[in-house]
Amino acid sequence: MSSRRSRQSAAGVSRISDDQIIELVSKLRQLLPEIRDRRSDKVSASKVLQETCNYIRSLHREVDDLSERLSQLLATIDADSAEAAIIRSLIM
Amino acid sequence: MNNPHHLNPTSLKSRFTTRFLRALTKIRAQKPISSSSPTEIFRRYRRIKVAADKSMAYSVRSRRIWSRAMLWKLRSRSYRRQDPCSGRRSGKTSQAIMKKSSNENTTTRREDGVGFVEEADELRQLVPGGETMNLCNLLDETAHYIKCLTTQVQVMKKIADFYSF
Repeated sequence: MSSRRSRQSAAGVSRISDDQIIELVSKLRQLLPEIRDRRSDKVSASKVLQETCNYIRSLHREVDDLSERLSQLLATIDADSAEAAIIRSLIM
Repeated sequence: MNNPHHLNPTSLKSRFTTRFLRALTKIRAQKPISSSSPTEIFRRYRRIKVAADKSMAYSVRSRRIWSRAMLWKLRSRSYRRQDPCSGRRSGKTSQAIMKKSSNENTTTRREDGVGFVEEADELRQLVPGGETMNLCNLLDETAHYIKCLTTQVQVMKKIADFYSF
């Protein structure tokens, strides 16, 4: 991995090359639902990071909402065979 | 919708699903479910949320800086519950554990020079263990963290939908 290279480069200070940063930022960009769909190539790294923060926050919120939903649904679950069915349906 | 990776029993998705379902079963068994007072529901919500994070962190184990940080946070939280005096100690220990990733890092902020230090710092607050990562690690870890979060959301959604009918 490119990060390993930078670790071995010098004793105290590691130079992280711009290319590595660019590569990692574009890798991040591919994961973002908004920017990925935009055709424009000219998205600044700053914008990518900003969108990344927003995306992570929205994912955290989704986990929160789903946890809340599950906490209410938990009361209605009864059979253990339900788990087996879920696993199967998730796998299919 | 049909993710081929999930057919692999050792995929992250499978590992998370199994662990999380197991945790849900435990949570369900803990309290009498007939009581659906708001307090109970809130407690259950907290437990489910922790279970979701725990299941994900354990599925990734110590392969990632962020998962190590999250595991550490989860464990120290349970220690603190048992012994209220251990609060201070945990602050120092986290530095020692993060040392693995911080050896080459602290000068990076000056090296950046590319004008997104603020955004990077904001990101550091969102990714577990981010405060100790250099920029390279931060970007790399973030990508993996996002993939895991989306898996987590995907599975939780499927479970919730299943139980909604």
